[in-house]
Amino acid sequence: MGIRERLSGNEAVATAMRQINPDVVAAYPITPSTEVVHYFSQYVADGKVDTEFVAVESEHSAMSACIGASAAGGRTATVTSACGLALMWELLYVASGARLPITLAVVNRALSGPININNDHSDSMGARDSGWIQLYSENNQEAYDNYIMSNRIAEHKDILLPVMVCQDGFITSHAIENIELLEDDKVKKFVGPYNPGFSLISGKPTSVGPYDTVPFYFEHQYQRARAMVDSKKVILDVFKEFGQLTGRNYGLFEEYRMEDAERAIIVLNSSAGTAKFACDTLRAKGEKVGVLKLRVFRPFPMEEIAKAVSHLKAVAVMDKCDSFSAIGGPVFGDVRNSCYGMSNGPQIINYIYGLGGRDVRVEDFTFVYENLDEIIKTGKTGEIYRHVGVRGV
Amino acid sequence: MSNMVEIRWHGRGGQGAKTASLLLADAAFNMGKYVQGFPEYGPERMGAPITAFNRISDERSTVHSNIYEPDYVVVVDATLLTAVDTTGGLKKEGAIIINSNKSPEELVPLLDGYEGRVYTINASNIAEEELGNRNFPNTPMLGAVVKVSGIIPEEVFVKDMEESFHHKFSTKPHVIDGNMKALKRAMKEVKGL
Repeated sequence: MGIRERLSGNEAVATAMRQINPDVVAAYPITPSTEVVHYFSQYVADGKVDTEFVAVESEHSAMSACIGASAAGGRTATVTSACGLALMWELLYVASGARLPITLAVVNRALSGPININNDHSDSMGARDSGWIQLYSENNQEAYDNYIMSNRIAEHKDILLPVMVCQDGFITSHAIENIELLEDDKVKKFVGPYNPGFSLISGKPTSVGPYDTVPFYFEHQYQRARAMVDSKKVILDVFKEFGQLTGRNYGLFEEYRMEDAERAIIVLNSSAGTAKFACDTLRAKGEKVGVLKLRVFRPFPMEEIAKAVSHLKAVAVMDKCDSFSAIGGPVFGDVRNSCYGMSNGPQIINYIYGLGGRDVRVEDFTFVYENLDEIIKTGKTGEIYRHVGVRGV
Repeated sequence: MSNMVEIRWHGRGGQGAKTASLLLADAAFNMGKYVQGFPEYGPERMGAPITAFNRISDERSTVHSNIYEPDYVVVVDATLLTAVDTTGGLKKEGAIIINSNKSPEELVPLLDGYEGRVYTINASNIAEEELGNRNFPNTPMLGAVVKVSGIIPEEVFVKDMEESFHHKFSTKPHVIDGNMKALKRAMKEVKGL
Protein backbone atom coordinates (compact mmCIF):
# COMPACT_ATOMS: atom_id res chain seq x y z
CA MET A 1 0.00 0.00 0.00
CA GLY A 2 1.18 3.49 -0.79
CA ILE A 3 0.86 6.68 1.21
CA ARG A 4 -2.66 8.03 1.78
CA GLU A 5 -2.61 11.76 1.10
CA ARG A 6 -4.76 14.62 -0.14
CA LEU A 7 -3.20 16.92 -2.69
CA SER A 8 -4.20 19.21 -5.51
CA GLY A 9 -3.31 18.11 -9.04
CA ASN A 10 -0.49 20.65 -9.12
CA GLU A 11 0.90 19.40 -5.80
CA ALA A 12 0.66 15.85 -7.11
CA VAL A 13 2.75 16.65 -10.20
CA ALA A 14 5.28 18.64 -8.17
CA THR A 15 5.59 15.67 -5.79
CA ALA A 16 6.19 13.30 -8.71
CA MET A 17 8.85 15.67 -10.04
CA ARG A 18 10.54 15.75 -6.65
CA GLN A 19 10.54 11.95 -6.47
CA ILE A 20 11.94 11.66 -10.02
CA ASN A 21 14.59 14.29 -9.25
CA PRO A 22 15.34 15.35 -12.86
CA ASP A 23 18.78 16.65 -13.75
CA VAL A 24 17.40 19.87 -15.22
CA VAL A 25 14.10 21.75 -14.96
CA ALA A 26 13.77 24.95 -16.97
CA ALA A 27 10.41 26.64 -16.52
CA TYR A 28 8.54 29.90 -16.66
CA PRO A 29 5.40 30.27 -14.53
CA ILE A 30 1.95 30.68 -16.09
CA THR A 31 -1.52 30.22 -14.59
CA PRO A 32 -2.76 27.59 -13.76
CA SER A 33 0.53 25.64 -13.78
CA THR A 34 2.45 28.26 -11.77
CA GLU A 35 2.11 26.32 -8.52
CA VAL A 36 4.09 23.39 -9.91
CA VAL A 37 7.04 25.68 -10.66
CA HIS A 38 6.52 27.32 -7.27
CA TYR A 39 6.55 24.05 -5.30
CA PHE A 40 9.39 22.60 -7.31
CA SER A 41 11.67 25.61 -6.96
CA GLN A 42 11.05 25.37 -3.20
CA TYR A 43 12.25 21.73 -3.29
CA VAL A 44 15.36 22.96 -5.09
CA ALA A 45 15.92 25.72 -2.52
CA ASP A 46 15.40 23.26 0.36
CA GLY A 47 17.85 20.77 -1.13
CA LYS A 48 15.17 18.07 -1.52
CA VAL A 49 16.28 17.54 -5.13
CA ASP A 50 19.61 18.12 -6.78
CA THR A 51 18.05 19.42 -9.97
CA GLU A 52 19.58 22.34 -11.83
CA PHE A 53 16.63 24.75 -11.92
CA VAL A 54 16.83 27.29 -14.74
CA ALA A 55 14.60 30.32 -14.19
CA VAL A 56 14.23 31.40 -17.81
CA GLU A 57 12.60 34.56 -19.21
CA SER A 58 9.91 32.92 -21.38
CA GLU A 59 8.45 29.57 -22.40
CA HIS A 60 10.31 29.74 -25.71
CA SER A 61 13.48 29.87 -23.63
CA ALA A 62 12.19 27.19 -21.25
CA MET A 63 11.81 24.65 -24.05
CA SER A 64 15.07 25.83 -25.65
CA ALA A 65 16.92 25.26 -22.37
CA CYS A 66 15.26 21.85 -22.00
CA ILE A 67 16.40 20.91 -25.51
CA GLY A 68 19.98 21.93 -24.71
CA ALA A 69 19.97 20.10 -21.39
CA SER A 70 18.41 16.98 -22.85
CA ALA A 71 20.83 16.97 -25.79
CA ALA A 72 23.66 17.21 -23.27
CA GLY A 73 22.35 14.01 -21.72
CA GLY A 74 20.33 15.25 -18.75
CA ARG A 75 16.91 13.99 -17.68
CA THR A 76 14.91 17.13 -18.34
CA ALA A 77 11.45 18.39 -17.48
CA THR A 78 9.25 21.47 -17.67
CA VAL A 79 5.71 22.66 -16.96
CA THR A 80 3.35 25.04 -18.73
CA SER A 81 -0.18 26.04 -19.77
CA ALA A 82 -2.03 27.76 -22.60
CA CYS A 83 -0.12 30.68 -24.15
CA GLY A 84 3.04 29.29 -22.55
CA LEU A 85 2.66 26.12 -24.59
CA ALA A 86 1.89 28.24 -27.65
CA LEU A 87 5.12 30.16 -27.15
CA MET A 88 7.00 26.83 -27.02
CA TRP A 89 5.49 25.81 -30.35
CA GLU A 90 8.53 26.08 -32.60
CA LEU A 91 10.64 24.19 -30.07
CA LEU A 92 8.11 21.40 -29.48
CA TYR A 93 8.86 20.17 -32.99
CA VAL A 94 12.60 20.60 -32.45
CA ALA A 95 12.45 18.52 -29.25
CA SER A 96 10.63 15.61 -30.87
CA GLY A 97 12.55 15.95 -34.14
CA ALA A 98 15.85 15.71 -32.26
CA ARG A 99 14.35 12.72 -30.41
CA LEU A 100 14.87 14.25 -26.97
CA PRO A 101 12.88 12.50 -24.21
CA ILE A 102 11.79 15.64 -22.35
CA THR A 103 8.71 15.46 -20.12
CA LEU A 104 6.23 18.33 -19.98
CA ALA A 105 3.40 18.64 -17.46
CA VAL A 106 0.64 20.57 -19.22
CA VAL A 107 -2.04 22.10 -17.02
CA ASN A 108 -4.69 22.63 -19.68
CA ARG A 109 -6.03 26.15 -20.16
CA ALA A 110 -7.82 27.96 -22.96
CA LEU A 111 -5.74 29.80 -25.52
CA SER A 112 -6.32 33.51 -26.04
CA GLY A 113 -8.20 35.38 -27.44
CA PRO A 114 -10.19 36.72 -25.95
CA ILE A 115 -7.95 36.07 -22.96
CA ASN A 116 -9.25 33.50 -20.50
CA ILE A 117 -7.39 31.70 -17.72
CA ASN A 118 -9.77 28.78 -17.29
CA ASN A 119 -9.77 25.26 -18.56
CA ASP A 120 -10.18 23.78 -21.98
CA HIS A 121 -7.92 21.70 -24.21
CA SER A 122 -7.10 24.15 -26.98
CA ASP A 123 -3.46 24.33 -25.84
CA SER A 124 -2.43 20.67 -25.91
CA MET A 125 -4.84 19.71 -28.70
CA GLY A 126 -3.19 22.33 -30.87
CA ALA A 127 0.12 20.59 -30.21
CA ARG A 128 -1.21 17.18 -31.19
CA ASP A 129 0.81 17.05 -34.41
CA SER A 130 4.12 18.10 -32.85
CA GLY A 131 5.46 14.56 -32.39
CA TRP A 132 4.93 14.49 -28.64
CA ILE A 133 3.28 11.56 -26.89
CA GLN A 134 0.21 12.87 -25.02
CA LEU A 135 -1.26 11.32 -21.87
CA TYR A 136 -4.45 12.73 -20.31
CA SER A 137 -5.46 12.54 -16.64
CA GLU A 138 -8.94 12.39 -15.10
CA ASN A 139 -7.82 13.45 -11.62
CA ASN A 140 -4.83 14.17 -9.37
CA GLN A 141 -4.08 10.44 -9.06
CA GLU A 142 -3.80 9.96 -12.80
CA ALA A 143 -1.78 13.15 -13.22
CA TYR A 144 0.68 11.78 -10.63
CA ASP A 145 0.74 8.24 -12.03
CA ASN A 146 1.04 9.36 -15.66
CA TYR A 147 3.86 11.71 -14.78
CA ILE A 148 5.83 8.97 -13.00
CA MET A 149 5.40 6.69 -16.01
CA SER A 150 6.30 9.39 -18.56
CA ASN A 151 10.09 9.14 -18.24
CA ARG A 152 10.06 5.42 -18.84
CA ILE A 153 8.05 5.88 -22.03
CA ALA A 154 10.02 8.87 -23.33
CA GLU A 155 13.45 7.42 -22.62
CA HIS A 156 12.82 3.94 -24.02
CA LYS A 157 15.56 3.31 -26.58
CA ASP A 158 13.07 2.38 -29.31
CA ILE A 159 10.97 5.51 -28.75
CA LEU A 160 12.96 8.61 -27.71
CA LEU A 161 10.02 10.96 -28.01
CA PRO A 162 9.05 13.70 -25.56
CA VAL A 163 5.89 13.23 -23.49
CA MET A 164 3.17 15.67 -22.39
CA VAL A 165 1.16 14.74 -19.31
CA CYS A 166 -2.04 16.78 -19.35
CA GLN A 167 -4.58 17.56 -16.63
CA ASP A 168 -7.38 20.13 -16.40
CA GLY A 169 -6.44 23.57 -15.16
CA PHE A 170 -8.15 24.55 -11.88
CA ILE A 171 -10.67 21.69 -12.09
CA THR A 172 -8.06 19.16 -10.99
CA SER A 173 -4.90 21.31 -10.73
CA HIS A 174 -6.37 23.39 -7.89
CA ALA A 175 -8.76 20.88 -6.30
CA ILE A 176 -7.71 18.99 -3.19
CA GLU A 177 -8.62 15.32 -3.47
CA ASN A 178 -7.51 12.03 -1.98
CA ILE A 179 -4.50 10.44 -3.62
CA GLU A 180 -2.28 7.43 -3.03
CA LEU A 181 1.39 8.29 -3.36
CA LEU A 182 4.29 5.92 -3.85
CA GLU A 183 7.23 5.91 -1.49
CA ASP A 184 10.21 7.93 -2.78
CA ASP A 185 12.45 4.86 -3.13
CA LYS A 186 9.81 2.98 -5.13
CA VAL A 187 9.50 5.85 -7.60
CA LYS A 188 13.27 6.09 -7.88
CA LYS A 189 13.51 2.38 -8.58
CA PHE A 190 10.63 2.39 -11.06
CA VAL A 191 11.95 5.36 -13.03
CA GLY A 192 15.55 4.10 -12.84
CA PRO A 193 18.76 5.88 -13.80
CA TYR A 194 18.89 7.72 -17.11
CA ASN A 195 21.49 6.50 -19.58
CA PRO A 196 21.17 8.49 -22.80
CA GLY A 197 22.42 6.62 -25.83
CA PHE A 198 23.76 9.85 -27.32
CA SER A 199 24.77 13.03 -25.59
CA LEU A 200 26.78 16.15 -26.26
CA ILE A 201 28.95 15.55 -23.22
CA SER A 202 29.48 11.80 -23.62
CA GLY A 203 33.02 12.15 -24.94
CA LYS A 204 31.90 10.80 -28.32
CA PRO A 205 31.54 13.66 -30.81
CA THR A 206 27.83 14.16 -31.61
CA SER A 207 25.84 16.73 -33.55
CA VAL A 208 22.32 17.63 -32.47
CA GLY A 209 19.97 19.62 -34.65
CA PRO A 210 22.14 20.44 -37.65
CA TYR A 211 20.67 21.31 -41.05
CA ASP A 212 18.96 18.20 -42.42
CA THR A 213 19.42 18.00 -46.16
CA VAL A 214 17.00 16.71 -48.73
CA PRO A 215 18.59 13.21 -48.87
CA PHE A 216 17.98 12.72 -45.10
CA TYR A 217 15.10 14.90 -43.80
CA PHE A 218 12.32 12.65 -45.06
CA GLU A 219 13.96 9.54 -43.57
CA HIS A 220 14.24 11.26 -40.19
CA GLN A 221 10.57 12.24 -40.30
CA TYR A 222 9.69 8.65 -41.18
CA GLN A 223 11.68 7.40 -38.19
CA ARG A 224 9.91 9.86 -35.89
CA ALA A 225 6.52 8.74 -37.22
CA ARG A 226 7.49 5.07 -36.75
CA ALA A 227 8.57 5.76 -33.18
CA MET A 228 5.08 7.19 -32.49
CA VAL A 229 3.47 4.07 -33.94
CA ASP A 230 5.81 1.80 -31.95
CA SER A 231 5.32 3.75 -28.72
CA LYS A 232 1.91 2.15 -28.16
CA LYS A 233 3.48 -1.14 -27.17
CA VAL A 234 6.04 0.52 -24.91
CA ILE A 235 3.32 2.59 -23.24
CA LEU A 236 1.32 -0.56 -22.52
CA ASP A 237 4.42 -2.33 -21.14
CA VAL A 238 5.15 0.59 -18.81
CA PHE A 239 1.47 0.76 -17.71
CA LYS A 240 1.60 -2.98 -16.96
CA GLU A 241 4.73 -2.73 -14.87
CA PHE A 242 3.26 0.25 -13.01
CA GLY A 243 0.10 -1.76 -12.37
CA GLN A 244 2.14 -4.56 -10.84
CA LEU A 245 3.81 -2.03 -8.54
CA THR A 246 0.72 -0.07 -7.50
CA GLY A 247 -2.38 -2.13 -8.27
CA ARG A 248 -3.55 0.74 -10.48
CA ASN A 249 -3.95 -0.77 -13.92
CA TYR A 250 -4.19 1.59 -16.84
CA GLY A 251 -4.87 1.08 -20.54
CA LEU A 252 -4.75 3.29 -23.61
CA PHE A 253 -8.31 4.14 -22.58
CA GLU A 254 -10.67 3.15 -19.80
CA GLU A 255 -13.89 1.33 -20.67
CA TYR A 256 -16.53 2.17 -18.09
CA ARG A 257 -19.69 0.06 -18.18
CA MET A 258 -19.11 -0.46 -21.89
CA GLU A 259 -19.63 -4.22 -22.08
CA ASP A 260 -23.33 -4.33 -22.97
CA ALA A 261 -23.68 -0.62 -23.74
CA GLU A 262 -25.63 0.64 -26.76
CA ARG A 263 -24.73 4.29 -26.31
CA ALA A 264 -21.40 5.73 -25.19
CA ILE A 265 -19.63 9.01 -24.55
CA ILE A 266 -15.94 9.34 -25.45
CA VAL A 267 -14.23 11.96 -23.31
CA LEU A 268 -10.85 12.73 -21.73
CA ASN A 269 -9.55 14.47 -18.57
CA SER A 270 -11.67 15.62 -15.62
CA SER A 271 -15.10 15.53 -17.26
CA ALA A 272 -14.74 11.76 -17.71
CA GLY A 273 -15.52 11.43 -13.99
CA THR A 274 -18.62 13.60 -14.34
CA ALA A 275 -19.71 11.50 -17.33
CA LYS A 276 -19.29 8.32 -15.25
CA PHE A 277 -21.68 9.72 -12.64
CA ALA A 278 -24.27 10.51 -15.34
CA CYS A 279 -23.72 7.00 -16.72
CA ASP A 280 -24.30 5.41 -13.29
CA THR A 281 -27.51 7.38 -12.80
CA LEU A 282 -28.92 6.20 -16.14
CA ARG A 283 -27.69 2.64 -15.57
CA ALA A 284 -29.68 2.60 -12.33
CA LYS A 285 -32.76 3.19 -14.51
CA GLY A 286 -31.79 0.30 -16.77
CA GLU A 287 -30.37 2.32 -19.66
CA LYS A 288 -27.47 0.72 -21.54
CA VAL A 289 -24.93 3.52 -21.51
CA GLY A 290 -21.16 3.64 -21.07
CA VAL A 291 -18.14 5.92 -21.01
CA LEU A 292 -14.89 5.50 -22.89
CA LYS A 293 -12.20 7.67 -21.33
CA LEU A 294 -9.19 8.28 -23.56
CA ARG A 295 -5.91 8.31 -21.65
CA VAL A 296 -3.47 8.16 -24.55
CA PHE A 297 -4.28 10.57 -27.39
CA ARG A 298 -0.88 10.47 -29.13
CA PRO A 299 -0.27 7.81 -30.33
CA PHE A 300 -3.96 7.48 -31.19
CA PRO A 301 -5.20 3.94 -30.41
CA MET A 302 -6.96 3.49 -33.75
CA GLU A 303 -7.61 -0.27 -33.88
CA GLU A 304 -8.39 -0.50 -30.17
CA ILE A 305 -10.96 2.31 -30.31
CA ALA A 306 -12.60 0.82 -33.38
CA LYS A 307 -12.95 -2.51 -31.57
CA ALA A 308 -14.22 -0.90 -28.37
CA VAL A 309 -17.06 0.98 -30.11
CA SER A 310 -17.96 -1.60 -32.76
CA HIS A 311 -20.89 -3.06 -30.76
CA LEU A 312 -22.44 0.34 -30.01
CA LYS A 313 -25.39 1.92 -31.78
CA ALA A 314 -24.49 5.55 -31.16
CA VAL A 315 -21.42 7.40 -29.86
CA ALA A 316 -20.86 11.02 -28.84
CA VAL A 317 -17.27 12.24 -28.96
CA MET A 318 -16.60 15.17 -26.63
CA ASP A 319 -14.07 17.85 -27.57
CA LYS A 320 -13.06 20.57 -25.10
CA CYS A 321 -11.49 22.39 -27.99
CA ASP A 322 -12.91 23.61 -31.26
CA SER A 323 -10.68 23.08 -34.27
CA PHE A 324 -12.51 25.79 -36.26
CA SER A 325 -12.30 23.30 -39.08
CA ALA A 326 -16.04 23.18 -39.81
CA ILE A 327 -15.96 19.38 -39.37
CA GLY A 328 -15.72 19.11 -35.56
CA GLY A 329 -13.04 18.79 -32.92
CA PRO A 330 -9.77 16.83 -32.93
CA VAL A 331 -10.84 13.82 -30.84
CA PHE A 332 -13.94 13.42 -32.98
CA GLY A 333 -11.91 13.44 -36.19
CA ASP A 334 -9.61 10.69 -34.98
CA VAL A 335 -12.39 8.53 -33.54
CA ARG A 336 -14.48 8.74 -36.70
CA ASN A 337 -11.42 8.11 -38.82
CA SER A 338 -10.70 4.98 -36.74
CA CYS A 339 -14.20 3.69 -37.45
CA TYR A 340 -14.14 4.32 -41.19
CA GLY A 341 -15.11 1.29 -43.22
CA MET A 342 -16.61 -0.55 -40.27
CA SER A 343 -19.71 -2.50 -41.25
CA ASN A 344 -22.68 -1.87 -38.96
CA GLY A 345 -20.64 0.58 -36.90
CA PRO A 346 -22.23 3.14 -34.58
CA GLN A 347 -23.59 6.55 -35.54
CA ILE A 348 -20.96 9.05 -34.35
CA ILE A 349 -21.60 12.66 -33.42
CA ASN A 350 -19.40 15.36 -31.95
CA TYR A 351 -20.01 17.76 -29.07
CA ILE A 352 -17.82 20.76 -28.37
CA TYR A 353 -18.14 21.46 -24.63
CA GLY A 354 -16.68 23.35 -21.66
CA LEU A 355 -14.66 25.97 -23.51
CA GLY A 356 -12.89 28.58 -21.39
CA GLY A 357 -13.91 27.05 -18.07
CA ARG A 358 -17.66 26.71 -18.78
CA ASP A 359 -18.68 24.34 -15.99
CA VAL A 360 -19.45 20.85 -17.29
CA ARG A 361 -22.32 19.33 -15.34
CA VAL A 362 -23.75 15.86 -14.90
CA GLU A 363 -26.86 17.19 -16.70
CA ASP A 364 -24.77 18.00 -19.78
CA PHE A 365 -23.88 14.32 -20.15
CA THR A 366 -27.44 13.22 -19.42
CA PHE A 367 -28.50 15.53 -22.25
CA VAL A 368 -25.92 13.97 -24.59
CA TYR A 369 -27.08 10.45 -23.72
CA GLU A 370 -30.68 11.52 -24.43
CA ASN A 371 -29.66 12.81 -27.84
CA LEU A 372 -27.92 9.53 -28.63
CA ASP A 373 -31.13 7.73 -27.67
CA GLU A 374 -33.01 9.98 -30.09
CA ILE A 375 -30.60 9.05 -32.88
CA ILE A 376 -31.11 5.34 -32.23
CA LYS A 377 -34.91 5.65 -32.03
CA THR A 378 -35.34 7.78 -35.14
CA GLY A 379 -32.47 6.26 -37.12
CA LYS A 380 -31.47 9.80 -38.06
CA THR A 381 -28.02 11.09 -37.12
CA GLY A 382 -28.94 14.73 -37.71
CA GLU A 383 -26.34 17.43 -37.17
CA ILE A 384 -22.92 15.85 -36.54
CA TYR A 385 -21.01 18.89 -35.29
CA ARG A 386 -22.82 20.05 -32.13
CA HIS A 387 -22.25 22.14 -29.02
CA VAL A 388 -23.43 21.56 -25.46
CA GLY A 389 -23.47 24.14 -22.67
CA VAL A 390 -23.21 27.20 -24.90
CA ARG A 391 -25.98 29.77 -24.50
CA GLY A 392 -28.35 30.45 -27.35
CA VAL A 393 -27.70 27.22 -29.25
CA MET B 1 -23.94 8.57 -3.66
CA SER B 2 -26.22 8.60 -0.62
CA ASN B 3 -23.59 9.40 1.99
CA MET B 4 -22.18 12.42 0.18
CA VAL B 5 -22.32 15.86 1.79
CA GLU B 6 -21.94 18.84 -0.52
CA ILE B 7 -21.10 22.31 0.79
CA ARG B 8 -20.95 25.65 -1.00
CA TRP B 9 -19.05 28.60 0.46
CA HIS B 10 -19.80 32.21 -0.41
CA GLY B 11 -17.26 34.83 0.56
CA ARG B 12 -15.43 37.83 -0.71
CA GLY B 13 -11.89 37.73 -2.05
CA GLY B 14 -9.44 37.97 0.85
CA GLN B 15 -11.73 36.58 3.58
CA GLY B 16 -10.39 33.07 3.40
CA ALA B 17 -13.46 31.15 2.17
CA LYS B 18 -11.22 29.10 -0.11
CA THR B 19 -8.80 28.39 2.75
CA ALA B 20 -11.71 27.40 4.99
CA SER B 21 -12.97 24.94 2.37
CA LEU B 22 -9.49 23.43 2.13
CA LEU B 23 -9.21 23.20 5.95
CA LEU B 24 -12.56 21.43 6.11
CA ALA B 25 -11.37 19.02 3.39
CA ASP B 26 -8.23 18.39 5.46
CA ALA B 27 -10.19 17.70 8.65
CA ALA B 28 -12.57 15.30 6.85
CA PHE B 29 -9.64 13.60 5.13
CA ASN B 30 -7.97 13.06 8.48
CA MET B 31 -10.97 11.12 9.72
CA GLY B 32 -10.81 8.77 6.74
CA LYS B 33 -13.22 10.42 4.29
CA TYR B 34 -12.87 11.04 0.58
CA VAL B 35 -12.78 14.76 0.00
CA GLN B 36 -12.87 17.42 -2.65
CA GLY B 37 -12.07 21.05 -1.84
CA PHE B 38 -11.94 23.55 -4.67
CA PRO B 39 -12.70 27.18 -5.47
CA GLU B 40 -14.33 28.58 -8.55
CA TYR B 41 -11.70 30.74 -10.22
CA GLY B 42 -12.50 33.95 -11.98
CA PRO B 43 -10.86 37.34 -12.06
CA GLU B 44 -9.96 37.23 -8.35
CA ARG B 45 -9.68 40.50 -6.55
CA MET B 46 -10.06 41.69 -2.97
CA GLY B 47 -13.71 42.10 -2.05
CA ALA B 48 -15.26 40.45 -5.12
CA PRO B 49 -17.72 37.59 -4.49
CA ILE B 50 -16.04 34.19 -4.62
CA THR B 51 -17.36 30.65 -4.31
CA ALA B 52 -15.67 27.53 -2.98
CA PHE B 53 -16.91 23.96 -2.67
CA ASN B 54 -16.56 20.75 -0.69
CA ARG B 55 -17.65 17.21 -1.39
CA ILE B 56 -17.19 14.82 1.53
CA SER B 57 -18.07 11.15 1.17
CA ASP B 58 -17.17 7.55 2.06
CA GLU B 59 -16.31 6.68 -1.55
CA ARG B 60 -14.40 8.73 -4.11
CA SER B 61 -16.66 11.17 -5.93
CA THR B 62 -15.77 11.28 -9.60
CA VAL B 63 -17.85 14.36 -10.37
CA HIS B 64 -15.75 17.38 -11.31
CA SER B 65 -18.33 20.13 -11.62
CA ASN B 66 -19.38 22.92 -9.30
CA ILE B 67 -22.10 22.18 -6.75
CA TYR B 68 -25.62 23.26 -7.66
CA GLU B 69 -27.71 21.47 -5.00
CA PRO B 70 -25.67 21.75 -1.82
CA ASP B 71 -26.61 20.26 1.54
CA TYR B 72 -25.10 23.27 3.30
CA VAL B 73 -24.31 26.83 2.32
CA VAL B 74 -21.83 28.90 4.29
CA VAL B 75 -21.94 32.68 3.91
CA VAL B 76 -18.74 34.25 5.19
CA ASP B 77 -19.93 37.81 4.45
CA ALA B 78 -23.60 38.68 5.11
CA THR B 79 -23.55 41.53 2.59
CA LEU B 80 -23.58 38.79 -0.05
CA LEU B 81 -27.15 37.80 0.94
CA THR B 82 -28.51 40.65 -1.16
CA ALA B 83 -25.83 40.41 -3.88
CA VAL B 84 -25.63 36.72 -4.76
CA ASP B 85 -28.21 33.89 -4.92
CA THR B 86 -26.79 32.18 -1.84
CA THR B 87 -29.75 29.83 -1.32
CA GLY B 88 -29.95 28.75 -4.99
CA GLY B 89 -30.47 24.98 -5.11
CA LEU B 90 -29.88 24.61 -1.36
CA LYS B 91 -31.69 21.50 -0.12
CA LYS B 92 -34.46 22.25 2.36
CA GLU B 93 -33.29 19.35 4.55
CA GLY B 94 -29.97 21.21 4.73
CA ALA B 95 -29.02 24.52 6.30
CA ILE B 96 -27.48 27.92 5.66
CA ILE B 97 -24.87 29.27 8.08
CA ILE B 98 -24.25 33.00 7.99
CA ASN B 99 -21.54 35.18 9.54
CA SER B 100 -23.61 37.95 11.14
CA ASN B 101 -24.27 39.71 14.42
CA LYS B 102 -28.00 39.34 13.70
CA SER B 103 -30.30 36.52 14.78
CA PRO B 104 -31.45 33.90 12.24
CA GLU B 105 -35.00 35.35 12.46
CA GLU B 106 -33.75 38.75 11.35
CA LEU B 107 -32.06 37.33 8.25
CA VAL B 108 -34.84 35.04 7.04
CA PRO B 109 -36.45 37.81 4.92
CA LEU B 110 -33.23 38.00 2.88
CA LEU B 111 -33.23 34.29 2.03
CA ASP B 112 -35.70 34.20 -0.87
CA GLY B 113 -38.17 31.99 0.97
CA TYR B 114 -35.65 29.32 1.93
CA GLU B 115 -37.51 26.77 4.06
CA GLY B 116 -34.62 24.93 5.69
CA ARG B 117 -32.65 25.62 8.85
CA VAL B 118 -30.94 28.99 9.26
CA TYR B 119 -27.97 29.57 11.55
CA THR B 120 -25.97 32.66 12.38
CA ILE B 121 -22.61 33.06 14.03
CA ASN B 122 -20.82 36.33 14.73
CA ALA B 123 -17.56 35.03 13.31
CA SER B 124 -16.08 38.45 12.58
CA ASN B 125 -16.56 39.46 16.19
CA ILE B 126 -15.00 36.23 17.46
CA ALA B 127 -12.09 36.74 15.04
CA GLU B 128 -11.60 40.26 16.35
CA GLU B 129 -11.63 39.18 20.00
CA GLU B 130 -9.56 36.01 19.67
CA LEU B 131 -7.31 36.75 16.69
CA GLY B 132 -7.23 40.54 16.81
CA ASN B 133 -8.57 40.91 13.28
CA ARG B 134 -12.18 40.75 12.16
CA ASN B 135 -11.07 40.07 8.60
CA PHE B 136 -10.20 36.44 9.45
CA PRO B 137 -13.62 34.89 10.06
CA ASN B 138 -12.76 31.58 8.41
CA THR B 139 -11.65 29.65 11.53
CA PRO B 140 -14.85 30.39 13.48
CA MET B 141 -16.95 29.74 10.35
CA LEU B 142 -15.30 26.33 10.03
CA GLY B 143 -16.21 25.55 13.65
CA ALA B 144 -19.82 26.55 13.02
CA VAL B 145 -20.08 24.38 9.89
CA VAL B 146 -18.76 21.30 11.66
CA LYS B 147 -21.14 21.88 14.57
CA VAL B 148 -24.23 22.37 12.37
CA SER B 149 -23.50 19.67 9.78
CA GLY B 150 -22.19 17.00 12.13
CA ILE B 151 -19.97 15.67 9.33
CA ILE B 152 -17.08 15.25 11.75
CA PRO B 153 -17.46 14.29 15.44
CA GLU B 154 -16.72 17.43 17.48
CA GLU B 155 -13.95 16.01 19.69
CA VAL B 156 -12.17 14.47 16.70
CA PHE B 157 -12.41 17.76 14.83
CA VAL B 158 -11.07 19.88 17.72
CA LYS B 159 -8.14 17.54 18.27
CA ASP B 160 -7.34 17.42 14.58
CA MET B 161 -7.49 21.19 14.17
CA GLU B 162 -5.18 21.65 17.15
CA GLU B 163 -2.64 19.38 15.49
CA SER B 164 -2.93 21.10 12.15
CA PHE B 165 -2.59 24.58 13.72
CA HIS B 166 0.54 23.38 15.53
CA HIS B 167 1.88 22.25 12.18
CA LYS B 168 0.75 25.31 10.22
CA PHE B 169 1.83 27.91 12.78
CA SER B 170 4.95 26.16 14.08
CA THR B 171 6.88 29.45 13.81
CA LYS B 172 4.03 31.52 15.32
CA PRO B 173 2.87 29.58 18.42
CA HIS B 174 0.95 32.58 19.84
CA VAL B 175 -1.53 32.27 16.96
CA ILE B 176 -2.47 28.68 17.88
CA ASP B 177 -4.33 29.54 21.10
CA GLY B 178 -6.35 32.29 19.45
CA ASN B 179 -7.42 30.03 16.62
CA MET B 180 -8.40 27.22 18.95
CA LYS B 181 -10.44 29.60 21.12
CA ALA B 182 -12.14 31.04 18.05
CA LEU B 183 -12.99 27.55 16.83
CA LYS B 184 -14.44 26.36 20.15
CA ARG B 185 -16.38 29.58 20.77
CA ALA B 186 -17.98 29.34 17.31
CA MET B 187 -19.08 25.77 18.01
CA LYS B 188 -20.78 27.00 21.20
CA GLU B 189 -22.16 30.31 19.99
CA VAL B 190 -23.72 29.33 16.65
CA LYS B 191 -27.46 30.09 16.83
CA GLY B 192 -30.07 28.11 14.95
CA LEU B 193 -33.63 28.56 13.81
